[in-house]
Amino acid sequence: MEALLARCVMSRFSGATGVIDAVRLSGGASQETWSFDIVYPARNIGAILRRAPQGYGAAPARAAGLNVEAVLMQHAYEAGVPSPRVLHVLHPQDELGTGFIMERVEGETIPRKILRDDEFAEARPKLARQLGQVLAIVHGLDLLQLPALRRMTAGREIAELEQDYRSFNWPRPVFELALRWLRDNDPGPSREVTLVHGDFRHGNLIIGPHGIRAVLDWELAHSGDPMEDLGWICVNSWRFGEIDKPVGGFGTREELFAGYETAGRSVYPERVRFWEVMGTLRWGVMCCGMMQRFRAGPEHSIERAMIGRRASETEIDLLRLLAPRHHALNMSR
Amino acid sequence: MQDEPTPEELIKAVADFLRAEIAPQISGHLAFKLRVSINALDLVTRQFAQAQAGDAAEAARLTGLLDMQGTLGELNRALARRIAEGNADLQTPGLADHLWQTTMDKLAVDQPNYAAYKRELEKKGE
Repeated sequence: MEALLARCVMSRFSGATGVIDAVRLSGGASQETWSFDIVYPARNIGAILRRAPQGYGAAPARAAGLNVEAVLMQHAYEAGVPSPRVLHVLHPQDELGTGFIMERVEGETIPRKILRDDEFAEARPKLARQLGQVLAIVHGLDLLQLPALRRMTAGREIAELEQDYRSFNWPRPVFELALRWLRDNDPGPSREVTLVHGDFRHGNLIIGPHGIRAVLDWELAHSGDPMEDLGWICVNSWRFGEIDKPVGGFGTREELFAGYETAGRSVYPERVRFWEVMGTLRWGVMCCGMMQRFRAGPEHSIERAMIGRRASETEIDLLRLLAPRHHALNMSR
Repeated sequence: MQDEPTPEELIKAVADFLRAEIAPQISGHLAFKLRVSINALDLVTRQFAQAQAGDAAEAARLTGLLDMQGTLGELNRALARRIAEGNADLQTPGLADHLWQTTMDKLAVDQPNYAAYKRELEKKGE
């Protein structure tokens, strides 16, 4: 791998003499992430390769595709979204598959560290507002300048979730209740259709001591209702125990909305709430999907198996959203 | 009849051994996978202890709600269908309480440290 990367950077980046410290960070069924340093005579530059090697499994139908991701990141970077600079989009001659090389941004993505470590104490109270501002830039990008994207609506999202859920063939009355609620409360087409990041949450945000440093992973980007991104980051699953701070466990909706509005954009809180319910169900369905993949093999991953047993977390979250109770049940049986 | 120790006792002994003796010896990604594995064994221990009573109570509630007999799987399928078809909802007497109780029993096995679950447990009577 290091040899292939070295050949690629020496032919694409003038002055580069090779690469060092190539390590694979993560790998899924359809793509891999590698970290390495590009060696220059003066100083090295940290880089990340995101790629789908040849012969790898097909990307999920929802995926925008790595080439599209690279273009979106470039546009986001130029518009002022904290984002790594895209350095090179892979060509077939690189023999590295499809994908791109970007700058490596230093910082933290692990939620528990971001929410608890002293290093981020100064960043935490600012983050919700900052993220509102960042989302406003993302939603302000001109769709006409971007590659063709999957167009999503609330109705289509409900239908896809229902299809996934039914394919598991495992009855979940709470999910049924959520599907009914979503259909009954579908706010209809949004006034404005914009770029939607699609997975704007912990893990895809690099945080530094002063706040947001980079937005990553545009794999699920599409066009649709901008309020979807605001709802998704409020899903309880991304609060990591800090359940009274709805935005990622570090901030309030009011701060998120205020940041968004300073950029001259409007927030529709009812739509945000709708997408929060949708997002909670979506994560629940994704947990069930992990269980399916565990069963199907060939990787007998205990992590995936255990994520399957986290679907019930989204059931209690859905009940807290849709059927809140103010006192305890009579726990006797 | 199988002999003792029981599966519960064996699994708990394995989990305790991994936690006390093995976990301190390893690091990195393997340590993470070990932690997840120990969590899985703890979950199984909780399920052994709690599932029987929880399932029986769930089946009894469902039998009453749906006015039908069946296995727990059949009853849950029937309830899911009724909600999907609009023949049961949060206004249906007993439904919300049933879903809450069932979900609380699941969390007690799956993720008893989940913050939302702990918050709901703290809610005492009026």
